Amino acid sequence: MASAHSIPSIEERFEFTSGAKRNLIIGGAIGAALVVVGVYLAANGGGGHEAEATHGAVNAITGRAAGGHEAAEHHVSWLTRIWANLWVNAVYFTGISVVGMFFISYNYLAQAGWSTVFKRVPEAMPAFLPVMGIVMLAVFFLGGHDLFHWTHSEVYEVGGPEYDAVLAGKQGYLNTPFFVGRMIFYFVVWYWMWKKIRQFSLEEDQIGGTELYDKSIRLGTAFLVIFGVTSSTSAWDFVMSIDPHWFSTMFGWYTLASWHVAGLAVITLTVVMLRERGYLKAVNSSHLRDLGKFVFAFSIFWTYVWFAQFLLIYYANQPEEIIYFIERFRGHGSIFKAPFFITLFLNFFLPFLILMTRDSKFTHSILKVACWSVIIGHYMDFYTNIMPGSAGSTAGFGPLEWGFFIVFICGFVWSMATQLEKANLIPKHHPMLEESLHHDIA
Amino acid sequence: MAELSGKYLVGVYDDDDTVLHAVPTLRKAGVKIQEVYSPFPIHGMDDALGHPRTRIGIAAFIFGVTGCCVALTLMIWTMGIDWPMIVGGKDSISLPNYIPITFELTVLFTAFGMVTTFFISNGLTPGAHNHERFDVRATDNKFVMAINLGRNSMSEDEISRALRDSGAEEVNIKQF
Repeated sequence: MASAHSIPSIEERFEFTSGAKRNLIIGGAIGAALVVVGVYLAANGGGGHEAEATHGAVNAITGRAAGGHEAAEHHVSWLTRIWANLWVNAVYFTGISVVGMFFISYNYLAQAGWSTVFKRVPEAMPAFLPVMGIVMLAVFFLGGHDLFHWTHSEVYEVGGPEYDAVLAGKQGYLNTPFFVGRMIFYFVVWYWMWKKIRQFSLEEDQIGGTELYDKSIRLGTAFLVIFGVTSSTSAWDFVMSIDPHWFSTMFGWYTLASWHVAGLAVITLTVVMLRERGYLKAVNSSHLRDLGKFVFAFSIFWTYVWFAQFLLIYYANQPEEIIYFIERFRGHGSIFKAPFFITLFLNFFLPFLILMTRDSKFTHSILKVACWSVIIGHYMDFYTNIMPGSAGSTAGFGPLEWGFFIVFICGFVWSMATQLEKANLIPKHHPMLEESLHHDIA
Repeated sequence: MAELSGKYLVGVYDDDDTVLHAVPTLRKAGVKIQEVYSPFPIHGMDDALGHPRTRIGIAAFIFGVTGCCVALTLMIWTMGIDWPMIVGGKDSISLPNYIPITFELTVLFTAFGMVTTFFISNGLTPGAHNHERFDVRATDNKFVMAINLGRNSMSEDEISRALRDSGAEEVNIKQF
């Protein structure tokens, strides 16, 4: 009964306490220490070099460094592993950040009311984009040759020993200036559009009215059009071009699905954690249930896209396509087989089963388990997509990987908390706020 | 489906908001309401009436599992055991190939099963004698509240008065 709800105060200021800052610094330091340990282990232990034979075969067909090539050109294997790790995390957190903008945009376009009360949470996410842009550009310039085979000039030398006709055919799209230009374009446009919509939102807090709301709808719609294209092209650039011979027409969609559900899990988890700290009192069980449904539905959506891509390739069994999965199953001494299946478990089976019942979607503890499962699961998803083609058999899953992941999480949370602190936690003059406060799906 | 027999008091209301507010008032006064019928769903009415939560979700899960098993059994039996076939160079029993049909049959069984369950449990099967129609205007412009006198300890007059006080414009008696 709508009238039975008592609506708590909407005046809420989030405080980024010194304790929280200290914890994040400690977390980041632990992550950094793990990275150092991981580098030490990788440099001295020497990542598994078994299965060079498969590796060679796989490389020959995926169009990356051919067997033997590695020793000559890939100077230090652990360095490659660092670049690859930075790239995995940067791509992942870029996605999560931009999904914040994606979420507010489609909510504006749909003129959705229910999400208004926690709108500041997705709104705080894209602030991390510039950091990620800088990391990605730095990694590309410093370690691009280790990650992207298509950046090697010798594959384009007609008649040369490394000449690669397929890559030469793709040179019009996959070349360094255009690639870097696109990358800068994505980050500048995404960030700028977020800046504008954020500015509207903060102004609206002061002056109210519906003019800024209408402006936000137009801006959000424009963003969706742009993101519709750039989400696909960035997925090709950031992830698919690591295996430059291979292609899948579903890849853009697939990566967007992955980013989206991870972003939704981050939004849900943040809302839950803010509530546990006494904020967002106005978020009721109906909001949580809708967020839970979002995570539930889009984890199924991701699985659907994942499977649609897998089934076609599996069924057709074309060598140039199936190699992508063969490499993850049997290549590199089968080190990617476990992440491959863990991904499916964490991203589909676990959230599917535990979020299925009605009450689980507003139970804090279950939501937290499901969200963490999705967040870690989609990290693993990007890991299995990026690592085999970049670090290859020098990859692994140890302190190095966890360390980088923790460092990125702490950085992301820091950036988000800084943004949350800047404004009232509930957009108090948003025209849809009243509807959102009374959100009740019974 | 509640069995309908005995004597009923039927309160007819003109406004959804009135009936929504009448329900808690009457329940507080000690009246046991059997059901409220309205031309459209009234938000919050389930809570107000204190009905137990629907178990259709459990039914859906069971139908889904049934559909999943039927699909897998059908395909494994026909493609793998009764007449083994190799399609596309795959094993005759290869799960990835079976997933689309398994998914479809799971959805199909769930959807049909839920609709059928819903109709049966609400007495809406074809040819069913729809004796729940306390007042035919409940399908048009009136909101109708049914109170089973046999289940209430209060007297007919008391309940009738309470109904009128809560905003009912008519109070009728129905005998089944």
